[in-house]
Amino acid sequence: MLNLFFPKKTTVIVGLEIGTAKVAAVVGEVTDGGGVNVIGIGQCPSRGVRKGEVVNAEHAAEDVRNAIVEAEKSADVEIASVYLGVTGGHLTSLNTHGVFTSVSLDHEISQQDVNEVLANAKVFNRPSENYVLHSVRQHFTVNGQAGIVDPIGMLGENLEVDMHVIHGVTTRLQNHMRVVAGLNLEVEQTVFSGLCSALALLDNEQKHIGALVVDIGAGTTEYVIYAEGVIKHTGVIAVGGDHVTNDLSYGLRMAPARAALLMREHGAATLDGVADQTLTLTSENGFPDRRVDLHDLRRIMVARLEETFQLIDGEIGELGFHDQLRAGVCLCGGGARIRGIEKLAGNVFGLPATLGRANAVGGLRSASDDPELATAVGLVKYGAMRQKGNQSTGLVGKIKGFAGSLGLF
Amino acid sequence: MTSTETNSTVAPARKQLTIKVFGVGGCGGNVVSQIHRMGFGGAQLIVLNTDSQALAQCPLPYKFNLGITLNGGLGAGGDPERGRAAAQEDEARLRELCTGADMVFICAGLGGGTGTGAGPVLARVAKECGALALAFVTLPFDCEGSRRMRQARLGLEEFKAAADGVICLPNQKVFKLIDENTSVIETFTTTNELLAQGVRGIWQLVTRPGFINLDFADLCAVVRDRHSESSFANAEAVGPHRAKEVVEKLFANPLLDGGAALGEADALLVSLMGGPSLTMAEVNRVMDQINRQCENAHLIMGAAIEEALGDRLTVTLVASRRPSHAADLPQAAAVEKAEPAPASRGGSDFETLGSAIVAKPVARSAAASPALEKVAVAVAEFDAVGAAPVAATRTWRSRKKPKAVHPELGLETVTTGPFQHSEPTRHNGVNLDVPTFVRRGMPMN
Ligand SMILES: Nc1ncnc2c1ncn2[C@@H]1O[C@H](COP(=O)(O)OP(=O)(O)OP(=O)(O)O)[C@@H](O)[C@H]1O
Ligand SMILES: Nc1nc2c(ncn2[C@@H]2O[C@H](COP(=O)(O)OP(=O)(O)O)[C@@H](O)[C@H]2O)c(=O)[nH]1
Ligand SMILES: [Mg+2]
Ligand SMILES: [Mg+2]
Repeated sequence: MLNLFFPKKTTVIVGLEIGTAKVAAVVGEVTDGGGVNVIGIGQCPSRGVRKGEVVNAEHAAEDVRNAIVEAEKSADVEIASVYLGVTGGHLTSLNTHGVFTSVSLDHEISQQDVNEVLANAKVFNRPSENYVLHSVRQHFTVNGQAGIVDPIGMLGENLEVDMHVIHGVTTRLQNHMRVVAGLNLEVEQTVFSGLCSALALLDNEQKHIGALVVDIGAGTTEYVIYAEGVIKHTGVIAVGGDHVTNDLSYGLRMAPARAALLMREHGAATLDGVADQTLTLTSENGFPDRRVDLHDLRRIMVARLEETFQLIDGEIGELGFHDQLRAGVCLCGGGARIRGIEKLAGNVFGLPATLGRANAVGGLRSASDDPELATAVGLVKYGAMRQKGNQSTGLVGKIKGFAGSLGLF
Repeated sequence: MTSTETNSTVAPARKQLTIKVFGVGGCGGNVVSQIHRMGFGGAQLIVLNTDSQALAQCPLPYKFNLGITLNGGLGAGGDPERGRAAAQEDEARLRELCTGADMVFICAGLGGGTGTGAGPVLARVAKECGALALAFVTLPFDCEGSRRMRQARLGLEEFKAAADGVICLPNQKVFKLIDENTSVIETFTTTNELLAQGVRGIWQLVTRPGFINLDFADLCAVVRDRHSESSFANAEAVGPHRAKEVVEKLFANPLLDGGAALGEADALLVSLMGGPSLTMAEVNRVMDQINRQCENAHLIMGAAIEEALGDRLTVTLVASRRPSHAADLPQAAAVEKAEPAPASRGGSDFETLGSAIVAKPVARSAAASPALEKVAVAVAEFDAVGAAPVAATRTWRSRKKPKAVHPELGLETVTTGPFQHSEPTRHNGVNLDVPTFVRRGMPMN
């Protein structure tokens, strides 16, 4: 059918991560089949961000501008709005539970009941200055029967819902948005970076049989657990590659820039085969400068990375998630480039660990291959799903609002 | 990826700090000569005097005769007015000498004419040139008479008004500390050494990129705007037990008010320097011992390697405490600062220095009372005026981590290097910014 009144415009979706190490803007096109084709990427080293949060708005704005301009050039589009990734040590997550009880036993559950139980689940204690970033629906329970996706039309007096909620300090979240707004870009939505990375990496099967995604960035490490098709748990530790670099610079007594270089060239997350080995470093003018014990270098790195994994492992262990992660651990973020990192992760978690690749993403190669682009690519995927959702909601006029209601995750 | 190669967790170019050390008057000249003898690369040493004969005897290359037309090179005759006039006459020259300096140290003996009169003028000029001015001064012996002492105290007030900070060491205290029969000359030498170490300690503190880095902003965090007195001490030791010895020496240092200065300190800045053989275990040992003496203090520490130190380990400490415990100097210390604060300078110029800082808020448990016998008092007054490198962190304060802050101090943990301006990453009370291998006590080869 020829649609003269609503000409279908090609939807271009932009995901923007203002990371600690780099700002990345990924431009994607939604294909007819609903998939995502990445048509442009723009990146810029980031100077205004520490531990995932904007600390210098001027620098951040400049870097975002550069990344956006590059992305525009590379995709040959004009960017007006972005999906924005946010993260930071101030984010808190929790699972909440909502209950709704109707008067009659053979009550047919309506949309209104669902709205009510969702509203009920959203009542929980949080600091007044915090803003709820996501409240994602997990499962409904009807009269004790758990794991129900769509309860509307079912008969039952007791309707319960489980939700995963992520909230954070409003002003700190706004710092990100302000940088983008200052560049006359519209923010379609802010999304927790960790969720985006998980969205980029995991396919439906992995989401169902259970997987842990760990995004090791420069300033933060995000982790997300999917199981039974829904988000079970999320978290952020404000520790990342910068900490590894700093530990090295401290332990090997060298400038952080040099330590960063050394980590790339000789770093690995393993002690294998480095006993008694030393490196001779050369100074800027090419003369042998000093010697570094390779064993020390690796021990420092392993200590930090192992600890970071252990912190996550301890947390998910306490929550009893280990048995649910049958698809194992998926790593992304620049830290996933550290040699041997998957082996270390595998050992700490006691689960198979792999380097994640963006799933179901076409177009530019690096969009699916580069681990540090996971967040931005995931944002595009998120945007694509949301727009699809919006279209259908526009027609049905049923659901409005947040991601959880749309079942995007 | 291409991005991280150039990503700057540190600013790319390290700005070389320009530091000048001035010796004003006879005593100042002696202290600076001592600094020179101790080997002091990286800072320019300049001697100023009204007395051309004294200048001629001074072995240093950079010398300037103040007020030559006024006094004819014959000195100030113990009259601070003449010292001041001489400096004012040559103010343009002083300005030239201070231009471009980031930090100016001024060494002077108070009580005479030149140091007492010209010193504060130089401090004012240095600050007007945008430098941070720190003065290291002596007070006269009791036997020099009350007139000199009065003169010296007035000079001290002027210094405090003009300079960012003043560290003051009364000669009499040192005299008491060493053997009664020591000659005055030897006492001078001891005092000069202490002052020289002091200058060097602070200088190293802010210039050496450490593996636990301290910088100018950290110094400010401890002393700036506090209007409290700062004790200052420096100690050095060699050999296999140097970590233990250096602390013993430190506590016996006349500049440090023994147990009291540490026990009462509410903010403490510690800088460790060692040769390439310095180990983390030693750093830990030293910090552990200091920690036990000052359990109430907000403690900031830094450590660095200095090749030239060889086998030696040095510790520099600035202890700041509430004014109510003023030990020795008259409370006239409360004199207003006449000088307006200079244009804002702060962390920015200095932030390129490097890696991490371990800022350690210490639990407020009862302090173990330190049993130290050798106690001598030296009071240093810091009216450090400067920019607010702390302010940036303040907006980032989280309510999750109240322990990181001592509210009554108005002090905030200042983090440098890659984590500058970010709040420390804490997990179950552990600061994860501190390298894991350090927290796990893993020794390095
Ligand atoms: N080849 C490599 N070897 C080792 N480490 C690497 C390599 N490439 C990147 N890294 C690490 O990855 C980090 C950058 O990761 P990434 O680009 O994901 O960070 P970011 O998204 O900017 O930061 P964040 O998400 O924490 O705000 C760097 O700190 C660096 O330590
Ligand atoms: N510690 C120390 N004090 C000194 C020395 N020379 C002088 N003094 C003290 O400094 C005071 C001022 O003396 P001086 O510097 O010679 O006077 P000026 O040249 O007129 O400033 C004296 O009263 C002494 O107490 C010295 O070499 N070392
Ligand atoms: Mg990232
Ligand atoms: Mg991250």
